[in-house]
Amino acid sequence: MMEGSGALDLVLSGDPALYAIVRLSLVVSLSAVALAALIGVPLGGLIALTRFPGRAGVIVLLNAFMGLPPVVVGLAAFLLLSRSGPLGSWGLLFTPTAMVIAQAALITPIIAALTRQSVEDLWSEYRDELNAMGVGPLNRLLTLLYDARIALVTVLLAGFGRAAAEVGAVMIVGGNINGFTRVMTTAIALETSKGDLALAMGLGFILIAIVFAINASAWALRYYAERRIG
Amino acid sequence: MSDLPLTFAKVSYAVGATPILRDVDLVVRAGAPTFIIGPNGSGKSTLLRLAMGLIAPTSGAIDWNGSRDPAPRRRAIVFQHPVLLRRSVAANLIYALDQAGVEKSKQDRRCTQLLDLVGLIDLASRPARRLSGGERQKLAFARALARSPELLILDEPTASLDPSATLALEQLIAKAARDGIKILIASHDLGQVRRLAGEIVFLHRGRVLESAAMKDFFEQPRTAQASAFLRGDLISEE
Ligand SMILES: Nc1ncnc2c1ncn2[C@@H]1O[C@H](COP(=O)(O)OP(=O)(O)OP(=O)(O)O)[C@@H](O)[C@H]1O
Ligand SMILES: [Mg+2]
Repeated sequence: MMEGSGALDLVLSGDPALYAIVRLSLVVSLSAVALAALIGVPLGGLIALTRFPGRAGVIVLLNAFMGLPPVVVGLAAFLLLSRSGPLGSWGLLFTPTAMVIAQAALITPIIAALTRQSVEDLWSEYRDELNAMGVGPLNRLLTLLYDARIALVTVLLAGFGRAAAEVGAVMIVGGNINGFTRVMTTAIALETSKGDLALAMGLGFILIAIVFAINASAWALRYYAERRIG
Repeated sequence: MSDLPLTFAKVSYAVGATPILRDVDLVVRAGAPTFIIGPNGSGKSTLLRLAMGLIAPTSGAIDWNGSRDPAPRRRAIVFQHPVLLRRSVAANLIYALDQAGVEKSKQDRRCTQLLDLVGLIDLASRPARRLSGGERQKLAFARALARSPELLILDEPTASLDPSATLALEQLIAKAARDGIKILIASHDLGQVRRLAGEIVFLHRGRVLESAAMKDFFEQPRTAQASAFLRGDLISEE
């Protein structure tokens, strides 16, 4: 109980160390979502609208990659970015940039797979109308992405939720360095093992609040969209 | 470039081993509306999709003024169940105008004209997917007109409408025909056929059994199936 009120004090008093951690978490995970969206949305759209040999295999693989364990992604990113790895010369290991890359790698398949599904569903509904209007391939992709916009925002929110909540990948490539690469999930893990339950619980509250806010906005968006866009 | 005349030469269409249309010969020329009539499942929608160039015949050939390129030029279609984009009513029309190559500076004016024509001007900013069935058909009709078609293909446009909405749409169709747009339309509604048709093509089990001027078809159908269809009898399986 002592820890509980201590945690609340930390959150409410605006403890600077705590909020620096929260800020870094948000910056890293939002950047990761942006990067993953930049790759995953067009990729999912392209897979939805093209036919090529091995397409079914690609889709199965993409769907399987949605459930990649964060530690494994972290390990792969570590091997790539470590000094002796292929991208070692970039000197990114144990930096926030490395954490962004690892989280982006984790959620790109999620965004690509869900985008593919949304675009493909919409295409089967729109195909005849768009063909009858003579819509060409590029315009077709843009039209479908635009008309699937509500679903796509939900997809991005899901990606953000996954990125913000994972601990394994950022721990491995970030190193949980105090004041530099420490984010909410790694701090919780560390503080819990050190016995500073107040800080761990304070961060836990905030993380839950963020996840709750994401789900609430996804729900509100759907609700709004159903009335406004149909 | 023109899309008329539209010519079907010995066109058959099958899905797998199931024949859906068989040896259809048909020429659609400028003039009064051509009605495709026939019982459910006789192949009307399939014929219209072929005419639009959305599907290719299994055998035989279709050409639009001599060209076999199926890309839509001066033609448009209103489907039996139109799908509207997840945007406002006006944005649906702007999209179609844009696709039809109408200059940006002229799109707003044309959009307003079309909305005015079909009586949806007050609903311009409403989400299209929230329209009623009748309003949806009118918007789909306006969207087809946005292409400035020479050939306008309509698949049972009034099938799910109440009498006043049916009348409104029939007036729009009649006006389009007066303005020189060739209408190729499928319908079940014999009253509508009498009101609007120039020519009639009677389809039965995937074959064109009759192709005649409207008056002749109603006064002296040449096949037993057509007589039965006109009497509202159940048409026998053979
Ligand atoms: N892709 C398809 N696969 C299998 N069967 C099909 C396909 N397309 C059409 N058919 C069949 O072909 C027949 C003709 O269909 P079509 O939709 O052209 O009929 P229709 O005259 O428009 O009927 P309705 O008056 O009910 O609209 C039907 O029996 C239908 O089930
Ligand atoms: Mg039909």
